[in-house]
Amino acid sequence: MDVMNLSDLAKTRGEWLRGNGPHSDIVISSRVRLARNLAGYPFLTKCSEQQRLDIQDLVVAGVNGTDLAGKYHFVRLDEASTLDRLLLVERQLISRNHAEAEGSRGVAVAADETVTIMVNEEDHLRMQVLLSGLRLKEAWSRINSLDDQLEQRLEFAFHEQFGYLTACPTNVGTGIRVSVMLHLPALRITGEIERVLRAARDMNLAIRGLYGEGTEAMGDFYQVSNQATLGRTEQEIVEEFIDEVVPKITEYEIRARELLADQKRTVLEDKVFRAMGLLKYARTMSSEETMFLLSQVRMGVHMGLLSEVTLETVNDLFLSIQPAHLQMIAGHKLDDEQRSKMRAEFVRKRLTNHQNN
Amino acid sequence: MLCQRCKKHTATVHLTEIANGEKQEKHLCEHCAGEEGVMAKTHEPIDQVVKKFVLQQAGAQQIAQLTCPECGMTFLQFRNSGLLGCPNDYDVFKQPLEGLIERAHGGRTQHVAKIPGGKENRHKRQHELMRLKNELEEAVSLEDYERAAALRDQIASLEQE
Repeated sequence: MDVMNLSDLAKTRGEWLRGNGPHSDIVISSRVRLARNLAGYPFLTKCSEQQRLDIQDLVVAGVNGTDLAGKYHFVRLDEASTLDRLLLVERQLISRNHAEAEGSRGVAVAADETVTIMVNEEDHLRMQVLLSGLRLKEAWSRINSLDDQLEQRLEFAFHEQFGYLTACPTNVGTGIRVSVMLHLPALRITGEIERVLRAARDMNLAIRGLYGEGTEAMGDFYQVSNQATLGRTEQEIVEEFIDEVVPKITEYEIRARELLADQKRTVLEDKVFRAMGLLKYARTMSSEETMFLLSQVRMGVHMGLLSEVTLETVNDLFLSIQPAHLQMIAGHKLDDEQRSKMRAEFVRKRLTNHQNN
Repeated sequence: MLCQRCKKHTATVHLTEIANGEKQEKHLCEHCAGEEGVMAKTHEPIDQVVKKFVLQQAGAQQIAQLTCPECGMTFLQFRNSGLLGCPNDYDVFKQPLEGLIERAHGGRTQHVAKIPGGKENRHKRQHELMRLKNELEEAVSLEDYERAAALRDQIASLEQE
């Protein structure tokens, strides 16, 4: 097992925030996740500490037999600091639950951060491929191949009728969770966001905030994912996203942006430039406020209203201004007040002097 | 209160049913209750009705008490936490789980997607092993030691795969 220097992570952007995949003006990232459990072991609710350790060893040995071997780091979360765990959450590499849980658990992170395998989360394995832009087919094909390779070495719990068995029956069958992170700022400005989200929920989709279950939609980011996992093929679920779900929702956002540009240009420009002004001159800022302002600047850049800042800078900032990232960059712990001050300073420097990035 | 079913007559039959651990209230008029079979047609003695009701309740109780012999999880514990204890629970709780799974997955209860790649081979291998072991026993009982030795080697190499 390789030891990972997490503070180095904080200085990089991670694949999914490159912001240059297809349709990346609205689709920030694509993710496909599979849930698997080892046959012959109870689910985690009934696992002893020794069994958790055994599972962890088996999974690591399994991963070492795949093409990830030598190209990943394994982080034991029960031994990692709170700050390191929060950093992984901010980078979308582990869930909040996994960060805050107890007992032996960990995560295998591919060097380029596109692949992660959470061990001993709600299921023994939760593996994901996370890519920037709309690239669900690629994400599915890569996670499917990793699953095939792991199956050469590990036997997963499987049932003739119910498929791959998971601790929660809502994930049973394929164990697949297909999701896209969408940036929908214009829909909030035009006041249509609730209606669109309701329509999505009617299509049996789950809508969550930036950091998954139970989180708020910070900075107009929404994670949209499938709920049903049984009785359809993985390809059907992925294709429904590519052919129906994503086009439908992005179409609403595109129309809202057009409407703002054509009919409410002053309102739009005022919001974008006010946001830019605050980001460039404020002296203390919460992460919520910063996300909210960056969200409008991001839209402004995509709509060609702002040329003084690049998309890369904005995307970078979304991550750097998060609490754990700021503290990693500072190199020491910061309290709320110190963070707000450093955040404002950091953003100001990047935006007034972005050519030096 | 009006009858839930016909919405015309006054509801005189009030029932609380517990099915699959979920409470459901029913308010029906005498006619509809008869049609739904929840109430005595006039000649059914009241003790029969009570008995039926008690049996139904007992069914729900029985489901809640279902316990997995492998991990010790009861269905009631699962209902409280939402998480199962081991793969075997899917068989032990199959009957009450099916309804729940059906609701969670848009009416579907049968897996139709990816299956483990090595699974079929593993099954075949297990069958082969069982067949060979039976043959070995037979060979030993017939004192055919040459055949027994050959079978023993075959079994050993299969078990190592």
